[in-house]
Formats: sequence, structure tokens, C-alpha cells
Amino acid sequence: MRVQHALLTSLVLSGLLAACGGSSAPVTAPSSPAAAPASSAAAAKPAGSTAASSSGGGVKLTGAGSTADFPLFTKIFDAWGKQAGGEVNYQSVGSGAGIEQLTKKTVDFGASDAIMTADQEKAAQAAGGEVVHIPVTIVAASVGYNVPGVDNLVLDGETIAGIYLGTIKAWNDPKIAALNPNAKLPSTPIAVVERSDGSGTSYIFTNYLSSVSPEWKSKVGADTSVKWPVGIGAKGSEGVAGQVKQVPGGIGYFEYAYAKQNAIPTALVKNAAGKAVAPSVTSSTAAAAGAAANMPKDGKALIVNGPGDGTYPITGFSWILTYKDLPDATKGKALVDLFTYTTTKGQSFAEDLVYAPLPQQVQDLDGQLIKSLTIAGKPQ
Amino acid sequence: MLVVVVLVVTAMIRESPEALSTFGLGFLVQTSWDPVHKEFGALPFAYGTVITSILALLIATPISVGVAIFVVEMAPPWLGNAISIVTELLAAIPSVLLGLWGIFVLVPFLQRTLEPWFIERFPDLPLFEGPPYGVGILAGGLILAIMVIPTIVAISRDVMLTVPVAQREAMLALGATSWESTTWAVLPYARSGLLGAIVLGLGRALGETMAVTMVIGNRADISGSLFHPAYTMASVIANEFTEATSSLYLSALVEVGLVLFGVTVVMNAIARVLVWSTARASSQVGAL
Repeated sequence: MRVQHALLTSLVLSGLLAACGGSSAPVTAPSSPAAAPASSAAAAKPAGSTAASSSGGGVKLTGAGSTADFPLFTKIFDAWGKQAGGEVNYQSVGSGAGIEQLTKKTVDFGASDAIMTADQEKAAQAAGGEVVHIPVTIVAASVGYNVPGVDNLVLDGETIAGIYLGTIKAWNDPKIAALNPNAKLPSTPIAVVERSDGSGTSYIFTNYLSSVSPEWKSKVGADTSVKWPVGIGAKGSEGVAGQVKQVPGGIGYFEYAYAKQNAIPTALVKNAAGKAVAPSVTSSTAAAAGAAANMPKDGKALIVNGPGDGTYPITGFSWILTYKDLPDATKGKALVDLFTYTTTKGQSFAEDLVYAPLPQQVQDLDGQLIKSLTIAGKPQ
Repeated sequence: MLVVVVLVVTAMIRESPEALSTFGLGFLVQTSWDPVHKEFGALPFAYGTVITSILALLIATPISVGVAIFVVEMAPPWLGNAISIVTELLAAIPSVLLGLWGIFVLVPFLQRTLEPWFIERFPDLPLFEGPPYGVGILAGGLILAIMVIPTIVAISRDVMLTVPVAQREAMLALGATSWESTTWAVLPYARSGLLGAIVLGLGRALGETMAVTMVIGNRADISGSLFHPAYTMASVIANEFTEATSSLYLSALVEVGLVLFGVTVVMNAIARVLVWSTARASSQVGAL
């Protein structure tokens, strides 16, 4: 009996040890950095990291931030790693957490859908010096709706603001009917859906509403997380898309990729030139191109409601954030190479993944921004 | 254990000085949660947490005690064991999976069938006011009830099994029916244990995060209607923590955590007093 007991115990123990020893191949695995509670519990949007396997002993870079960029970065960083012999580990933990990690210097670069606030910049300045915002892709917030029998719904900024302020309550409201004279609009109440978690998509959407509606600007304002006057909150773009799909009369905003993949009808929004434009990869790139002429040289541009006939007005950049001075010589060179690749050759992967590639003017601006980075105090 | 509790509380107090000093005690009664204008108040979340937990208990308690009575008093042993095993399996389901089930099954059912039915039957009752969103206090309460039932059933069953046979036999000898012997002999004897089970269920309901976040509607409002969306303290922390842009925002969220801790302690204390007083009363009943 005792011998059998001992045999069984040793069998179990050796089994456990073998399992722990396990594989050490670089695989995509969920990682939980500083923002542990939200990232480990978020089932709808799992935090992930990418690790492109390298052939030789290449440079290992780390980045963290925007969840919206994650699918695109996975592809671009993997491709860069293969041709440069390096490895990038990107943790999709949210723009805010990414900025925090950059400030704490636990990662080499961050990524954010929102421009850093003055407080955040001050903290980063104290930690490692000036931070440079490099636009790397364009995110479009499409307005999805669930009104059976209505195709190609046209909305404009003021109407959307009215819906989200609660002043426009039903689908057959005269303001909506005026924009859609041929549509049969039902009397269903509008079920407004918004993001409950802080998000770059909310940032772009609320900035758009602030620019077209003075009432919205004074009452609510623009940020990654605001006090929504009406509506229910859902977690993640997929949560909003799911709610809109389920609730008749629903309306919500989410990244264009979700609308395309879930076949949710999206509204055409009237841009600054008065043309009703549907969200698409082309109209997002057009928005950036239209705004490029007046873009500030530091890359921190809000391109909502921009000029141009083919522009989709609810768009925004997503930036890579990096310190201007990269202290480590080897890593610094690799980072410069990575940023250059991401903003030039890497853009070719964008369209397949339903991201909008940067127009040439913005790529040129990025080139200048990257050239301004210094490595270990010395210019490149 | 006490050391861990003390450490958690001190950590939370240390991380929230900004919010504590800016808002003071007003934080507990302020209803506005506005990150842009930097106004933060915890009342809507405290309301959401308390209301969903109480609703969960109201739904779960009769069901759980009923199941426990059935398993102990009426069912043949093989059926009783089978039901106990299945109930414990229910407890093993991860809360996230229950949340997903809630989104894809419960919420559409509420939105298309149950809520319109109530609105039709009772159009003027403020309890059933509002458009049928599906998500809301009712959905949150139902999901929490499902999570709380296994806890209460397991403990109630154990408590009722410890009631001495003499109690039941004495009641039956006096001429009571078997149902009467259950309600007059077993339940009063097990009263304090049953209350303890309900307290444990309450503890689970107060802290539950993921499943509730997915079906509660995430709207910081206080409303008397069951169909209105709400927001719980655990949900707001889970939702907004990673993207809290300013330090005031972050410290406000940590302070919400502190309030959650306080609410849990207070409700547990009330429940404990209740258990203690019923235990005292039933010990005066005593054994024959």
C-alpha cells in the first residue's frame, strides 16, 4: 500500500514537472502587464502580444498600447522581424495603459488612439524627455444602425449629435426624415449604444461631435471616456456592434472593420463639403490626405470633419509614441528602422486588414518626424 | 487573512488621496460621473451594486431553499445526490461564460419576450417603465441569482441535514403532515444556518464583476425601473481602469473600490447581526 502510494505520488509529480518544463517556442500568449484586472478579465477583447520569431540573436523590442492597432501591428511587426532579424513584443492593453508604460519606461514605444494630454506629456517629459507622436494608421468610426427596411441611411453631424444628446428620440423624427426623403422611417424609439470602456474610438467620435455641435461641446466634451447623456454602454467595439445588431432601432459607433465583418449597415455621413460619404478604407485615407496640408508638424492632428469631397468625417489617426531621444544605441537604431518600415512598406498590409493606409503626404511627414529622433544624444 | 485585508485597504487609501481630498464625503452622494468635467460621484454605482444584489437574493432565496428542502426532505437519495452534483456544477461555470450566455440568450429573451410582456400588462407601474433594452437591472439580477443559487443550495442542504431526526419525529408524532414538519420543525431550527447561507450568497453577488458588466447596460443612472440600465462599482472599475487618463480619474476609480469594500463590510455586518439574533432566538427554542 505504501509503495503504491509512493509510486502514484512520484508519477503525478513527474507529470507535473514535465508539463511545467514544456515548450519554449515563442507563441502568441495572453500577457497581463500593468493593467492586470481589465486585461485579464476582458473576454470580449483579449489582451494579446505578438512575438515575431527571429532567425539570429536579433534585437528585442517591446511596445504597448492601443487595442485598435493590434491586428495591424501583429502583421507589420512580424514582417519587419523576418526581414530585419529582430523581434517585437507588442501588448494590446489600451492607449492609456500604453502611455503609462512608456512613461514608466517599461516598454520601448507606446501606441495610442488619443493625443497625450498635457498632464501625461508632463509626466513623460520628466521621465525621459520629449515624446514624439508618429501617425501610423487611420481609424474610422462607422455609425451602424438597425432599422429594418432602411438602406443607405444618411445622417449629418448635427443629427448624430441630437441622437446622442437625446433630443432626437425616434427614427421618424423630422430631422432624420429631411435627410432621407425616400426612406420609410418607422416610429421605433432610437436605442442609443455607446462604449462603456475608455476608448480611442470614443475619442474620435466625441471629437467629431464637439466639432459639429456646440451644444455637445459645452455639455459633454470630448475624451476617451465621457458622461453620455443617453443610451446604454457596451464593452468594446464588438460589444457595441453586438448590441446594435440585437436591439431593433439601435444605433452605435464602432470601428469600420467591425461593421464590415459583421455585415452591419452603416450610415453615410455628410462631411464638411456637404457630401454624404460611407465609411471605407478609401474615404478614411482621403480624410487624412485632405487634412495633410494643414497638419501641424508634430503630427498631433485631429482630422475629424476635415475638408475634401471624398472624406469620411469621423476619422482619426492612431499614433506610435516614442521618446525623442532613444538612449540605447542598438535598440535606437532598430526602433528607427521599425518606425520607418511601419510607416512605409508596412502600410501595404493595411488594406487587407481593413485599415486605411497613410496618404503620401503623411508618410513624408512621418519620415521627417523619424529623422528628428536622436540616438543616445546624437542625431542619426 | 486580517493582514491581507488591512494591506488591501491601506493600498486603496494610498492610491486615492486626490479624490478623497477633492470630493470628501460628497463622493458618496454625488450622482454625476463625468471624466471630461472632472466630476465624480459614487452613488449610482453603489445603488447599482446594492439593487442587483438584493434582486438576486430575492429571486435566488426561494428557489435555493426550495431546492434544498426538496433534496433533503422529499427526494429519494439518488435524485437528491444527482441534483446536488448538478447544482455544484453550476457553481463551477466561469462567470465570463455566464456573461456570454447572458448576452446571447438571456438578454434577447428579456428584450423580445419577457420585458414587452410586463410592459403590456402593467403599463403604468414605474417598476416596469422604459423601453425594453434587454440589458439592465433585471438582467443583472437574474445572472447574479444564477451565480448565487449553488452557494445557497449547498449550504442550506448541509444545514438541514444536521437538524436532529428527533425534531422531525416529534413534530410527526404530534400529528403534523410532512410538509408541516418541514416548515415548523426543520426550518426554524436551521434558520440561522440558512441566513448564513444567504449572507454568503450576498457576498458573492456584491463582488461579481464580469458577468454583470456584460448585461447591466453600463449607464450611471439611478432609476426605479427594473428595465433601466445601471452600473455597478465592480463594473465601472473593470471598464474604465486601463483608460483612466488623469490622476484624479484614476484616484476616483480607486475610491469607488474603497466604497465597494465599505458597502460589502456594512452589508455583511448587518447580515451577521441578523444571523446572531436568529441563532440566539432559535437556541432558546432548543431541543426537546
